[in-house]
Amino acid sequence: MSAGRQSLSFRQRSVIPGFGLTFGLTVTWLSLIVLIPLAALVLKTTELSFDRFIAIVTAPRTLHALGISFGISFAAALVNAVFGTIVMWALVRYDFPGRRIVDAIVDVPFALPTAVAGISLTALYAPNGWVGSLLEPLGIKVAYTPLGILIALVFVGLPFVVRTVQPVLADLDKQYEEAAASLGASRGQTVWRVVLPTIWPALLTGFALAFARGVGEYGSVIFIAGNMPNVSEIAPLLIVVRLEEFRYADATAIAVVMLLTSFILLFIINRLQQWTERRTTES
Amino acid sequence: MTIDVVGVSKRFKSFTALDNVSLHVRSGELVALLGPSGSGKTTLLRIIAGLDWPDAGEVRFDGEDALERTVRDRNVGFVFQHYALFRHLNVFENVAFGLRVRTGKDKVPDATIRAKVEELLHLVQIDWLADRYPGQLSGGQRQRVALARALAISPRVLLLDEPFGALDAKVRKELRRWLRQLHEELPVTSLLVTHDQEEALELADRVVVMGHGRIEQVGTPSEVYDNPATAFVHDFIGETLALPTDVRDGRLYAGDKPLALDSQGVADGPARLLARPHDVDLADPDAAPFAGRVLAVRTFGPTRRADIEIPGRNGPVVVEAAVPHQQDLPTGGLIGLVPRRYRVFNANA
Repeated sequence: MSAGRQSLSFRQRSVIPGFGLTFGLTVTWLSLIVLIPLAALVLKTTELSFDRFIAIVTAPRTLHALGISFGISFAAALVNAVFGTIVMWALVRYDFPGRRIVDAIVDVPFALPTAVAGISLTALYAPNGWVGSLLEPLGIKVAYTPLGILIALVFVGLPFVVRTVQPVLADLDKQYEEAAASLGASRGQTVWRVVLPTIWPALLTGFALAFARGVGEYGSVIFIAGNMPNVSEIAPLLIVVRLEEFRYADATAIAVVMLLTSFILLFIINRLQQWTERRTTES
Repeated sequence: MTIDVVGVSKRFKSFTALDNVSLHVRSGELVALLGPSGSGKTTLLRIIAGLDWPDAGEVRFDGEDALERTVRDRNVGFVFQHYALFRHLNVFENVAFGLRVRTGKDKVPDATIRAKVEELLHLVQIDWLADRYPGQLSGGQRQRVALARALAISPRVLLLDEPFGALDAKVRKELRRWLRQLHEELPVTSLLVTHDQEEALELADRVVVMGHGRIEQVGTPSEVYDNPATAFVHDFIGETLALPTDVRDGRLYAGDKPLALDSQGVADGPARLLARPHDVDLADPDAAPFAGRVLAVRTFGPTRRADIEIPGRNGPVVVEAAVPHQQDLPTGGLIGLVPRRYRVFNANA
């Protein structure tokens, strides 16, 4: 009898009360904020016939836009993973004049309206801008090219990597590095074999967040991208274009594809992160 | 290998961690650095290892200057207080770490690493744990892994920082005996930092007692216990019964009462007479040099202790005396104390 009841419920006896309340609130809140709007999105898409849906999402312009959005977001997240780690390292490990100011600057992309960031970056990297005019003679064009998109996405993604990895490195006791050195490891070997594996799970999380932010980014990109179809047009912009043409179902079809792809990619990264974490903190 | 520490000093901002410390460690010896926290013992160990640098002084390994080498080239095995095992590596890889990082012409072939690690895991009796991760081990097992990892690089010196500090009493005793045996089998010059006097006295060939950044005494366990060089050593090692006295004209006084005890050449002024509790007899209060009121009597196992309040220079002091089992000692009564073996030290020393 009691065994039967046990198997019906995943609730465990615990001294921490409030499971029913918190679980109920979680489900309600997630439904209101996330699930119901997404369901409406999918529902709207079902207005299309299946053939029409396939035709829309496999159109060259759509595929290009999706490829640019996911591809460049991935590249930007990679760049952030490398350089964000370097910035974070300097902030955690060294005390230099103005460290607190640099620490605060890292958060600026969080707070700055993305359109402002996009306009500033465009002004800088345009052929007549401060940086753009230096790159122009070298034959490097940044503004109005995929490279410009990359720079905008690196800008908005930076704080995600720094802020997720920073506390983990700060908590890493120096005795691990001392132990590695006493065993004859060079500084490079210590970083590669001891420090990086420790911050790896956090770095993956930061990477995933920067990537997700890049996929969804709109404001900063549209100014610098030039938005040429099949060249520098991102998927969120294509969705807006379709909306302006009153082709709502077309817009939601692209959105559904983005949603599914993002979910699958984030799920994979999360599993990877859990797997590395379990290996390091198994008890 | 011998270790020579000559005139080493180290300051951390305004705190003097080591004040002109000199020490000679003989080859193959197991030496314990014993002292309360803040005595500088860990700092000295870290300087010998190359994890810290002294402000002044020299460290020599076999007569060669060790300070010009980094920890990486000093070839010391260091066992950290909290083991510092690499959490993302299993036991085997933790022990193999020091061999894996050798590159170029020093590169160790895989088969050699495997054989060496297996031999070490067997030596520290945890071969069956090779595939586990540090998070899955008990404290005692982690300690053994840490030791095997330090030994893997065939160190010239083994340095252990509070190696048993984080273990419970029973495991600690067991590991202590095992470490002593290991040292007999593998006589690497070893230095051990501890604040546990029992550990130091039981384990070490020689004990270095440290206090306030200075070495108070160096000697065999029985030397430092039976013949403490300073009041600090007497207080710190073993139980001490401290009786307040004064020296006037080279004679000992308790208050105004002259005592028929040797002042041991201590200069005039307030002094402390220190004795082990078992070297102090209870006697008739009128016939004894010291007398006081019995506050409480406690019995635990074979020992009985009495709190006795005796008058001191600045109000009464309570001392803990040993009570023979057959003796009846009523609380509130007066009792006399007769020290048989004792040391007299200047009260300000």
